Amino acid sequence: MSILLYILPLALFLGFIALLSFLWAIKNNQYDDLKGAAERILIDEDDR
Amino acid sequence: MIEINNKKTKFSHFVTKDEENFSLILNVKGIHCFNCIKQIEKSLYSYKEVVLARVNMTTERLQITWKGSRKLGDVFASHIIKLGYELKPFSHGNYSLINVKEQNSLIKYIAISAFSWGNLMMISVSLWSSNNFDMGPATKGFFYWLSSIIAIPAILYSGIPFFKSALYALKQLRTNMDVPISLAIILTTLMSFTETIQRGEHIYFDSALMLIFFLLIGRYLDIRAKDKAKESAKTLLSLLVGTATVLKGGKQHSIMINKLDKGDEVLISLGENVPADGIVKSGTSDIDVSIITGETIPQFIKEGDKVIAGTLNMTSPIIIVVTKRTKENLISEIVKSLENSESVKSKYTKLADQAARLYTPIVHILGVITFLIWYLFLDYSWQNALLHAVTVLIITCPCALGLAVPIVQVLANGSLMREGILLKRGSALEKLSNIDTVVFDKTGTITLGKPNLINKISKRNLKYAASLAVYSKHPLSRAISRIYNDKLFKVENLKEIPGQGLQGIINNKKVRLGKNDYNVNKAVSNSNVLQIWLSIEDSKPLLISFKDHIREDAIQVVKNIKAYGIKIILLSGDRYDTVKEVANILDIKEFYFSHSIDMKRKFLENLEIKGHKVLMVGDGLNDAPSLSQAYVSMSPSTAIDITQNAADIVFQGNKLKPIFKIFKMSRYSSFLIKQNFIMAVLYNFIAIPLAIIGYVTPLIAAIAMSCSSIVVIINSFRINFKKDI
Repeated sequence: MSILLYILPLALFLGFIALLSFLWAIKNNQYDDLKGAAERILIDEDDR
Repeated sequence: MIEINNKKTKFSHFVTKDEENFSLILNVKGIHCFNCIKQIEKSLYSYKEVVLARVNMTTERLQITWKGSRKLGDVFASHIIKLGYELKPFSHGNYSLINVKEQNSLIKYIAISAFSWGNLMMISVSLWSSNNFDMGPATKGFFYWLSSIIAIPAILYSGIPFFKSALYALKQLRTNMDVPISLAIILTTLMSFTETIQRGEHIYFDSALMLIFFLLIGRYLDIRAKDKAKESAKTLLSLLVGTATVLKGGKQHSIMINKLDKGDEVLISLGENVPADGIVKSGTSDIDVSIITGETIPQFIKEGDKVIAGTLNMTSPIIIVVTKRTKENLISEIVKSLENSESVKSKYTKLADQAARLYTPIVHILGVITFLIWYLFLDYSWQNALLHAVTVLIITCPCALGLAVPIVQVLANGSLMREGILLKRGSALEKLSNIDTVVFDKTGTITLGKPNLINKISKRNLKYAASLAVYSKHPLSRAISRIYNDKLFKVENLKEIPGQGLQGIINNKKVRLGKNDYNVNKAVSNSNVLQIWLSIEDSKPLLISFKDHIREDAIQVVKNIKAYGIKIILLSGDRYDTVKEVANILDIKEFYFSHSIDMKRKFLENLEIKGHKVLMVGDGLNDAPSLSQAYVSMSPSTAIDITQNAADIVFQGNKLKPIFKIFKMSRYSSFLIKQNFIMAVLYNFIAIPLAIIGYVTPLIAAIAMSCSSIVVIINSFRINFKKDI
C-alpha cells in the first residue's frame, strides 16, 4: 500500500496542473467568445 | 437617391490611449459567421499600423489597437462601415463592468471548490468503504491529513463569497442565508481539523466543500441572469452614445452626446437618432417613434414640435434645440425607473430570504441549545457536544425547503420553454397563480403589430408601389415590400417629401406613393385601417389599405381566462374608435384609450392600491414601466429588448394561447409547491428532534438531508406528466 504515498500526491499534482491551466484560460480570455471560436475554425488560411 | 446614412459619429472621440498604442472598442451589428470575422479582421490588418484587430462574436464587439495617430480611428471605422456593418462606439457610460469581474471570480471559486471536492471524494470514498481490517491506522491517518491539506485552503478560499456576505450582514446587525452557511462551514472545518490532529473519526471536510460547490453554482447562475437584464438596458442607452453635430456661430462642431447642454442647437441628418429631448427649430421631417410608443406610423414633425431622444429621423435633416440633458431625457428616465422597480420587486418576492429571516435565528438557537445540553447537562466532551450541534445545523440545512419552489419552477420553465415561453423571473409562475385581473395593451399584443393588405391590388400596380416603397423606411412601405418580393421597376428622379410620401419617374410616368393629398378626400371610416395612395400619371389614384389584424386566437383566449373569473381590461395609447372596435370584437367591457406612458403606469399603480393582483401584457417601450409596475407581466417576443426585460415572461409566436397555458401551468405548479413545502416542513419536524437527541451523526444528517431533497425533486417531476396543460 505504500505506493499510495506516491500515487495520491502525484494524482493531486496532475489535477492541480489542470486546475491552474483552467484558471490561466479564464484569465487569458479564452472563454470570452465561445460563439466566435466555433466559427473561427472555419476560416481557411491564417496569414497573420 | 435616398439613403439612410450611418450616423456621422466622430469615432476618434472614443479612442483611448495607453503607453504606446491607441485602441477603440466598437459595437458591430451584422456579424453572422466566420466570413464576417475574416472580412473585418483581414481588412483591418491590411493597414500596417494595426497591432490587433479582434472580433468578439458573443458580445458583438470589435477591438482595434494601433500605433500612429488618434485620427486613424475614424479611418478604420469608416472602412468597416463601407463593408456594410453598422457601428456604434462602445462606451461604458454610466454602467460599470464590475459584474464581469464578479462572474469571473465566481468561476474561479467554483473551479477550485470543484477540483478539491473531486479529489477529496476520491480519498473519502476509500475511507468510507474501508474497515479496520484492510486499512491500517497509519494509512487512515495519512488519508485524513491529505484531506485536510486539500480541504482547508480550498474551503477558506472558495468560501469567501459566503463569509463576506455573512460578515456584511452581521455588521449591520441582521442575518441572511449566508450566516448559518458560513457558520456550518467554519464549524465543520474546525471540528474536522481538531479530529484529524487527535486521530478522531468525525471528519467531514467533504460535506463542507460539497455545500460550497453547489451553493456557488446557484449564485453564478443568478448573477448571469441579472447581467443579461442589464445588458439590454445598455443596448437601449447605446442609442444615445456617440457624437452629435452642434451648430455654434455658423459652424458645425461634433460633440459627445453626453456633453450636450440645454439650449444647444443640434443638426440631425437623415437616418440619425435624435440625440436629446428637444424642440424642432427648423425643418420638417418624419420621425420613427416606434421605440418609444410602439406606434408603427412615423410622426410628422414641424417647427416647434417636441422630439424625443432615441427616435429616428427618417426623411430630411432638421435642427433642434436641446431642452434636456442626456441624463434627464426620457429614455434614461425609463431605464432608471426600470432598475428601481426591479429592486423593489425582488425585495418582497424572494421567498427563501423571507424564510431565512425566521429560519436562521431558530436554527442557531437550536444549535446552541443542543450544544449546551450535551456539554453542560450530559457532561459530554466539547467535541461530541459540538458534533451534535453541527449535526443540527446540517440536518436543518434548508435544502428541501429551498428546493420546494425552484425545482418546480425549473421543470415548469423547461416544459414552457419547449413551447417557446420564457420565464424570466422565478417568482413569475408563483405570482401568476394569484392574479385576479389581466390588462392587455392593444397594438402588437392583441393585434399582431404588422399591417397586412386587405384590398385587392393588381400585381402590376403593386409592382409600381413596391418599386418606390423599397426606398422608404415607412412601415407601410415596408409592409408593401414584404408582400411583394418579385422584380422591381427602375426608378428615376426619386424624391422623398417629408410627411407626404415618395415620388419618382417609372417607365416615363410620374408615380407617387403617399398620403391622400391628391384630390381624393374621403373620410376614413374605419380607423383600424391604415391607408396609402398610389397615383400613376394618367390614371386614377389607387387606395392601398392595410389592417393590423387581431391575433387569431385572441377571442378564445380572452374567453378562457374570463372563465376563471378573472377581470380583463384593455389599455391602449390609441384613439377611442380603434380601441373600442377591438374591445367589441373581444367582448371586453372595460377599455381605456389615449393613455400615455405615465398614465398607463399610474393606472396599474391604482389597481394595485385597490388590492388587485394584475397581469399586464404589453409590447411597446411605453408599456415597459407599466410592465414592471404590474404584479406580474408578459410580453411577446416581438417586443423590443427593454420591454422584454421589464416583463417577467416572454412568449413567442403569433398566438395568444401561451398566456392561457402559462396561467394553467402556474395553478398546477403552485399546487405542487405547496405539497413540497408540507413535505419539507414535516421532514424538519421529524429530523431536528432526532438530531438534538443525538441519534444522528453528521454523515447520516447529510444523507437524510439529500433524501429529503430527492423526495421533493421526485414530487416536482410530476409536472412533466400532467397532460391537460
